[in-house]
Amino acid sequence: MSTISMPKPDQSVLDRKAIIVDALSSVLPVDSVISDERETHAYECDALTAYRCPPLAVVLPSTTEEVAAAMRICHQMGVPVVPRGAGTSLAGGSLPTADSVILGTARLKDVVEVDYDNRFIRVQTGVTNLSVTGHVEDDGFFYAPDPSSQLACAIAGNIAMNSGGAHCLKYGVTTNNLLGVKMVMTDGEVVELGGVAMDAPGLDLLGLICGSEGQLAIVTEATLRILPKPEGARPVMIGFDSAEVAGECVGNIIRSGVLPVAIEYMDRPCIRVVENFAKAGYPMCEALLIVEVEGSEAEIEDQLDRIVKIAEALDPVELRVSESLEESALIWKGRKSAFGAMGQINDYMCLDGTVPISALPFTLKRIGELSQEHGLEVANVFHAGDGNMHPLILFDANRPGDLERTEAFGADILRLCVEVGGCLTGEHGVGIEKRDLMLEQFTADDLECQMQVKDVFDPDWLLNAAKVFPLEVSEARRQRVN
Amino acid sequence: MTAFATPTTESAIKEAVCDAVSQKKALRVCGGGTRSGIGQMVENAERLDVSGNAGIELYEPGSLTMVARAGTSMTEITSALDAENQMLAFEPIDHRPLLGTTGEPTLGGVVACNISGPRRFLSGACRDHLLGVRFIDGQGRLVKNGGRVMKNVTGLDLTKLMCGSFGTLGVISEVSLKVLPKPVCSASLQIEGVDEEQAVLLFCKALTTPYEVSGAAYQNGVAGLRIEGLETQVTYRIARLQALFPEHSMSILDGEVHSDLWKGLRDLHLFSGTIETVWRMSVKPTDAPAIVSHLKRKLAARVMLDHGGGTIWAGVPADITEQAASIRSVINTLGGHATLVRGSEELRRSADVFQPQATRLAAISKLLRQQFDPSGILNPGLMAA
Repeated sequence: MSTISMPKPDQSVLDRKAIIVDALSSVLPVDSVISDERETHAYECDALTAYRCPPLAVVLPSTTEEVAAAMRICHQMGVPVVPRGAGTSLAGGSLPTADSVILGTARLKDVVEVDYDNRFIRVQTGVTNLSVTGHVEDDGFFYAPDPSSQLACAIAGNIAMNSGGAHCLKYGVTTNNLLGVKMVMTDGEVVELGGVAMDAPGLDLLGLICGSEGQLAIVTEATLRILPKPEGARPVMIGFDSAEVAGECVGNIIRSGVLPVAIEYMDRPCIRVVENFAKAGYPMCEALLIVEVEGSEAEIEDQLDRIVKIAEALDPVELRVSESLEESALIWKGRKSAFGAMGQINDYMCLDGTVPISALPFTLKRIGELSQEHGLEVANVFHAGDGNMHPLILFDANRPGDLERTEAFGADILRLCVEVGGCLTGEHGVGIEKRDLMLEQFTADDLECQMQVKDVFDPDWLLNAAKVFPLEVSEARRQRVN
Repeated sequence: MTAFATPTTESAIKEAVCDAVSQKKALRVCGGGTRSGIGQMVENAERLDVSGNAGIELYEPGSLTMVARAGTSMTEITSALDAENQMLAFEPIDHRPLLGTTGEPTLGGVVACNISGPRRFLSGACRDHLLGVRFIDGQGRLVKNGGRVMKNVTGLDLTKLMCGSFGTLGVISEVSLKVLPKPVCSASLQIEGVDEEQAVLLFCKALTTPYEVSGAAYQNGVAGLRIEGLETQVTYRIARLQALFPEHSMSILDGEVHSDLWKGLRDLHLFSGTIETVWRMSVKPTDAPAIVSHLKRKLAARVMLDHGGGTIWAGVPADITEQAASIRSVINTLGGHATLVRGSEELRRSADVFQPQATRLAAISKLLRQQFDPSGILNPGLMAA
């Protein structure tokens, strides 16, 4: 039923399952190794649920030393390892293969150190994104990257995918807020990169690790920058009757010198579904912007005044500045429930390409045309301030052929993103989902160079192989090892 | 140094690198040459001057994006940004006053050395604003990574790896950067008569407020805080910060005095024209006073703090031998790292310019260099002995 293929599992590994599980059990606490087929099924997929495959076994270490012990065994026995945070990847980043051991970070839950004077927190990477902020917010701090899945997703996965969120226009993504890591190499050696200082000596290996999709090492501990919470925040909602004008409004706000913390965009199909679900009071229009600013009350007023003036010059169909905390919450409730609302009425596939802000109107128009051509509806909800689009293609998973048509439509949209100067993925990662489109964006030399970096960290190609790089491109390396 | 080639296009750079590979010639990659004194000595190399590969390729102020060839001078970049009231928020240092060099700094040089100034602790370093690079690696391959959009996680992030690799992995030919609007208004608070310990305490307190302090530096007994934003924001934040420190009398600077202050701090005017050896240390801010005390006591150093104490700049009398060992020993005890930024050729031969890495990390770096530059022709030895 699906179009993305995975390599055939290594029979010699499958045949040795009992020996491998015994070896892992000999170095890990008894409840940290899962090999019963009824239980390994729980790990057969991540949030890209169209693709499933139970792993050979699952290990859930509680310490860096246990991770190292597990990695040493897998390395010695030539067993592929698929790292897994909370399993919220939309790109299939932690999809197992039948011959792989899932190494989950679920039990790496400790907060190791909090230092407000130096503004950092050190955590084990199994903690959730939101719990990092939860740990420091009573003292007036927060952790800035805020992916939509922040209630569930783990810092491990955030680092693997270099996760972003709605507020990265001002605060950056994970890589800009990561000061250091402790990680386990494929051979089990533990190394540290960076730390509490602003930078580290030598090549920027930390920058390389962040966003490497579990291809290079297993990150077990992270030092994260925390920031003082702003005094307040308030959104304004602006509706336009054309995508072009909304795009122009985004550009004008950004050029004006006001730097909003978020500029979110929704189109008519999305507004319709969300309004039915959340009753946020959104106007029915072609394009709705939610622009949020932060600061003291006077600072917020001043920034909102400027934004309102810019928007009014473009003749919006509706403009509403939030007047209360309740109203702000309602405006955000609609946006934040967009994916859930969509999921209630349809199956959907969420894409993640980024385009230059100047290309937003053209890209939206082209997506509309492609929607007609493919005969599938699409709703757009995304971070307009940084051009990171999230088209949601609506389909029916029970209708034969719909998934294939949806994937074909999705691939066309991602090709479009690359054509207009953008990229395949802004914050979700390549995983298996965009793996076979990589040659749309990169040349063979570009990918060879990236794979040579993987060779340095993972010479046997045991870590999350068969992801990120098109199968035919990585085949020689994966075969060489087998 | 003999000039090997002066390519003015990407394809000419590629050709020059291929020639160097086949002739087994080591290259010293140069832009404007204003930072050529940073790093271990590169011996027996010929100069690959890439400053002629210049020009802004694309600048979209509404998309906060600029793409330029790596040889483009910082003067050209800055004047294009000035015309649109935008800036490079990472505020790159102009090293000419410190290193006594002439010539024009280039964008490629800024990126290759990850050069960042006082706003770094708030806005990030050069590497945080770098959206993409094109480069020719040591095999003569043209490689691109990243792109021109603000959010991009497609494939491994070689863009960050290139930034700060000092030309040892590839010759950068094109750079794409995130730019930001200049603040509408900007002012400083100055606190006189404090020592390093008091300054760091003050910085820690100021930087844990929501007032978005964008500069926190100290020299000659004076601590400075920079506040930027809309007029309402600057007025409000200055008042709040003053109220936070009733024990200190603070003066407000604005206009030229204010901008000159931060330009002088950024470009390290404290050490301009002196003959001291200059070190940069990156540390945990609250460790700075102890390290400074060591530097003053043992090495008679003159010191400037930046980034709220996270960066220590130290000028050490050039004739003090064993200074490298002394600095490294205190840094190794407390954490962080030290880089020799200005020193004699002799010192750049005998001492480690960059903090030596842990064994495994050094091995990884070496293997990475072999992948990108198997013949070892790109700035050989510059980052490691």
